[in-house]
Amino acid sequence: MTTATQKIDIQKILADRGLDGCGREIWQKRLGEITPAEVEWALSRKPGYYVLDRLLTLVSPAAENYLEKMAQLTQQLTLQRFGKTVRLYAPLYLSNYCVNGCVYCGFNKNHQFPRTRLTIEQALAEADIIAKEGFRDLLLVSSEDRQFVSVDYLCKLASKLRTKFSSLSVEIYQMTTDEYAKLFAAGIEGVTLYQETYDRDLYDKYHPAGPKADYDYRLSGVDNFAQAEMREIGIGVLLGLSDWRLETLALAEHAHYLMKRYWQSRISFSFPRLRPAKDVDRRQFRLLSDKNLVQMILALRLCFADAGMTISTREPADLRDRLVKLGITRMSAGSKTNPGGYTGKTGSVEQFEIDDKRTPAQIASMLKASGLEPVWKDWDAGFLLPSGST
Amino acid sequence: MDKLIIANKEFNSRLLIGTGKFSSSKVMAEAVEASGAQIVTVALRRVDITDKNDDMLAAIDRDKYLLLPNTSGARTADEAVRLSRLTRAATGINWVKLEVTPDPYYLLPDPVETLKAAEILVKEGFIVLPYINADPILSKRLQDVGTATVMPLGSPIGSNQGIKARAAIEIIIEQANVPVVVDAGLGLPSHAAEAMEMGADAVLINTAIATAAEPVKMAVGFKLAVEAGRIAYLSGAADQSKRASASSPLTGFLRNE
Repeated sequence: MTTATQKIDIQKILADRGLDGCGREIWQKRLGEITPAEVEWALSRKPGYYVLDRLLTLVSPAAENYLEKMAQLTQQLTLQRFGKTVRLYAPLYLSNYCVNGCVYCGFNKNHQFPRTRLTIEQALAEADIIAKEGFRDLLLVSSEDRQFVSVDYLCKLASKLRTKFSSLSVEIYQMTTDEYAKLFAAGIEGVTLYQETYDRDLYDKYHPAGPKADYDYRLSGVDNFAQAEMREIGIGVLLGLSDWRLETLALAEHAHYLMKRYWQSRISFSFPRLRPAKDVDRRQFRLLSDKNLVQMILALRLCFADAGMTISTREPADLRDRLVKLGITRMSAGSKTNPGGYTGKTGSVEQFEIDDKRTPAQIASMLKASGLEPVWKDWDAGFLLPSGST
Repeated sequence: MDKLIIANKEFNSRLLIGTGKFSSSKVMAEAVEASGAQIVTVALRRVDITDKNDDMLAAIDRDKYLLLPNTSGARTADEAVRLSRLTRAATGINWVKLEVTPDPYYLLPDPVETLKAAEILVKEGFIVLPYINADPILSKRLQDVGTATVMPLGSPIGSNQGIKARAAIEIIIEQANVPVVVDAGLGLPSHAAEAMEMGADAVLINTAIATAAEPVKMAVGFKLAVEAGRIAYLSGAADQSKRASASSPLTGFLRNE
């Protein structure tokens, strides 16, 4: 474990580089000055290694004219590192009660709608349906509802789900290292926690209330679960809140820091773009085009050869069909983003509208038709059974 | 006959195949068939070892091939041992390709944990084939605890760089009492041939075949290369030299008295 004296935390790294929003104008100016010759030079280097300046070049406006070349390099590199495979997973939403006031989210505490929480029995019934569709990789999702979706609740649920699913991960509210360690001991091996935006000012604007309103607290969250030895460390920004080019730089710095410090865990990136949600006015956001999204994915892949890259059913089917050849290694299928959505027993509110509504079987067929194997299982619960239990 | 013998079991083929990264289990099975391999390794994390209908397992004819489970994904000796025990309990298979790779990026094997796990597993009656860095002393230590082979990497797994650790692998081969299987990084048939010419007993290939545009054809390429390299080794190939050598330029004047 790193000692306190060696500690260079991510807050300091971002502040020193001016990537927490304080150097916004300088970075934007530098991005605008990148020349085609610099892009060509960056693309002539061996792909797959991270250097901030190289990433800067790849996310620049000048690089937009080199997307085909970037795509070809990305496809080659992803094929070499991951083979002809794409992992499939399904999310299971547990609760839409929330204490946070995130401006962009359908579950915002200020929104008036009948909230839903699943009991452990109800969650297991949902999981049964997901398992029958073939999934062995399950993502548990909840808004910040500590009262109900407590650490204890999650541990109990995980211990019951482990017989059906080989991999369990969570996208939930932020916890302490000790709490994450309890989840890990219960069989949860991956956590994704989105910074949403690395820009402090915008972060404050979009997170006006609740525990999530504290930027620095949020930023320390990934260290907490990495220290709890989680194997899969998921990070990302909510695309649409800030300038995606600067967000990509900050995200990469965060990833680089995590990879050096927690060398036994695998980093993965997710790419959620803002979606329509109940009572959310999207006109206030900077929505990303498909072209922007693709450039971001390609640029990150060309700097992080082995990072997992996830795309959800937020994205439209025709785009997802193309992204599986452009660096994406994991995708959801047949998702319901409302608690109880799989059993259909509750008419509850969803976090956001999904776009790709195809069934898991249809997604699997699409992958096969593209020469890719849909991988349902890429982990085994046997790795993490408590010692002596065999 | 020139057979590969591992733990008293005879094999005609000196090519082992890994099953990851293929576009489908069907293509994988066809490539394995074309390669002539008799040992096929499967990542336990990818399959449900207890399920006979598992897509990947069902594609491997167990009468024809030795199914060699591997512990890919294990970060510690504990995890690898636990997974091996679960597998044996569920299937009766007591062969294991031991992989302990705590670094998820280069997937380099942890020598300390690998040795620890090997010692435990051998004592419990497993036939252990450990994946290791090309480290001659570690190879000897593993042989001392009773592993059935040693499997040094040619270069980092999946990297297709060929044999970068040549000098160390030469020492491992020279000193080995068990078969030496060059395991990772071989990207072309010529790399496999090179390993065999050096005197490796076998090679294991996965990425280079699975990610080729035509995996079945590439499998044939590797089959032929392994055979060619082996024949060259057995035929006592002359040592290479950087210089031309005239016959006895300095001592030709000496005559037998």
